Amino acid sequence: MEQYSSKVMEHFAHPHNVGEIENADGVGTVGNPVCGDVMRLYIKVEGDVIADAKFKTFGCGAAIATSSMVTDLVKGKTINEALQVSNAAVAEALGGLPKVKMHCSVLAEEALKSALDDYYKKKGIPSPVKMSAESGHEHQAE
Amino acid sequence: MRKVYLDHAATTPVHPKVLEAMLPYFSGKFGNPSNLHDVGREAKDALEEARTKTAALINGKPEEIYFTASGAESNNFAIKGLAQANSQKGNHIIVSQIEHFSVLHPVKTLEKSGFKVTYLETDKTGLVDPADVEKAITRETVLVSIMHANNEIGTIQPIEEIGKITKEKGVLFHTDAVASVGWVPVDVKALGVDALSLSGHQFYGPKGAAALFVRKGVRIKPQIEGGIQEDGRRAGTENVPAIVGLGKAAELASAEIPHRMSYLSALRDRLQKGLTEKIDHLVINGHPTRRLPHNLNLSLWYVEGESMLLFLNMEGVSVSSGSACTSRSLKASHVLVCIGTDAAVANGTLLMSLGMGNTAKDIDYVIEKLPPIVQRLREMSPLYEDMIKQEKVR
Repeated sequence: MEQYSSKVMEHFAHPHNVGEIENADGVGTVGNPVCGDVMRLYIKVEGDVIADAKFKTFGCGAAIATSSMVTDLVKGKTINEALQVSNAAVAEALGGLPKVKMHCSVLAEEALKSALDDYYKKKGIPSPVKMSAESGHEHQAE
Repeated sequence: MRKVYLDHAATTPVHPKVLEAMLPYFSGKFGNPSNLHDVGREAKDALEEARTKTAALINGKPEEIYFTASGAESNNFAIKGLAQANSQKGNHIIVSQIEHFSVLHPVKTLEKSGFKVTYLETDKTGLVDPADVEKAITRETVLVSIMHANNEIGTIQPIEEIGKITKEKGVLFHTDAVASVGWVPVDVKALGVDALSLSGHQFYGPKGAAALFVRKGVRIKPQIEGGIQEDGRRAGTENVPAIVGLGKAAELASAEIPHRMSYLSALRDRLQKGLTEKIDHLVINGHPTRRLPHNLNLSLWYVEGESMLLFLNMEGVSVSSGSACTSRSLKASHVLVCIGTDAAVANGTLLMSLGMGNTAKDIDYVIEKLPPIVQRLREMSPLYEDMIKQEKVR
């Protein structure tokens, strides 16, 4: 396997935003333990800005690093801005990922979208989030 | 920082005495063994001495040893060579589901060319039932290949019993002993095998030298053609320095196996006990007693193998993981799947394989370092969170 970038190792060894948010405004869980990764992402929204984001992840080094990075990226963004955060942006911010680990960045994007989707549902607003299936294999939580 | 290498199943360091034996054959005694002059003769003598030592380690005859470049090559040679040379008898092959890919993939290739293959299941400890082998044998069966010890979970198969069955039925029997040779006694006569694979770097020899034992009188089709080397069965100028190293490693192992077994099983048991006492939700894979003395394969619930491996690496500890995330296929180890390990916990697997360079202090260091890593990752794991919440509900 290709080696991880120093940025990935930094976020893996010292991940940012680990934990839960009590009474979160949106929670999304994606992935499957059988595939080796499960991500749960919590967001706290104030006005239309993501005031806080936290995560819990079961997974490899890349899964933990992408979780850390995606929560970093969305904090302080508006909901609309957060909707634009892509897996490529997460991977790029980490200085790239080994090819076989790109699915971890996809999972991070899906976890974010799932949390945003949950936010809209809790608010009773029709959700503009389209849950993609681009990861190529089932990433539904059990 | 302490450095603890617990990945001897991946490869071992070259023993200093092995290196010393090899060095003259790179440049001073560089000859080609196929040449009749003195320079060639010198290399030829060294090659044959290595053959004698390798044969002695497994109680075979020197003329029954064919040198190859890797354990994978030996397995490919055995499977394809034996099946193809004996296909007039039939087209059925029997293997276990937990064989190394260097057995399973050539078997798949043969399947595509018309062979029929039976893939035997194992029990939860990884054992093949000899009765299943007997039942699977038909008049068409040409070859049975069951590994001596599994490279991941260390389970040692009842090869002797299977050997009796294949002998009685007149079926060729190959065993992949790459994981076991050098660590436990391996005797081709006692095991009753017709062919056996071994590899030098698995037991303190160099990479690039391995062997296939083929019992005298058994027909095998060469897979590398175009030269007279290895009795015409494997073309290519021999890797003399590496083969000399393999011979030396075999000689050292022959003298040291009982000591290796007692030393390593004591350390392994210490590691197993220490980790089991300190970490909950932990499963030991493989057979409780019929297991390689230096093997410890464990699965931990709610944590993923690669992240444990990376954190251990930061502490100077080298291990392997059996997790989906380190494989291209994103699938858990086929061995763990076969023994019925839950696919979710299979991704939290670590393979620790000890060696003679490890000490009790190394083991205690790992027992100290792993539990906080597991705890930290579990606190980060949504699966652990769910489990704790469910337990509270109860």
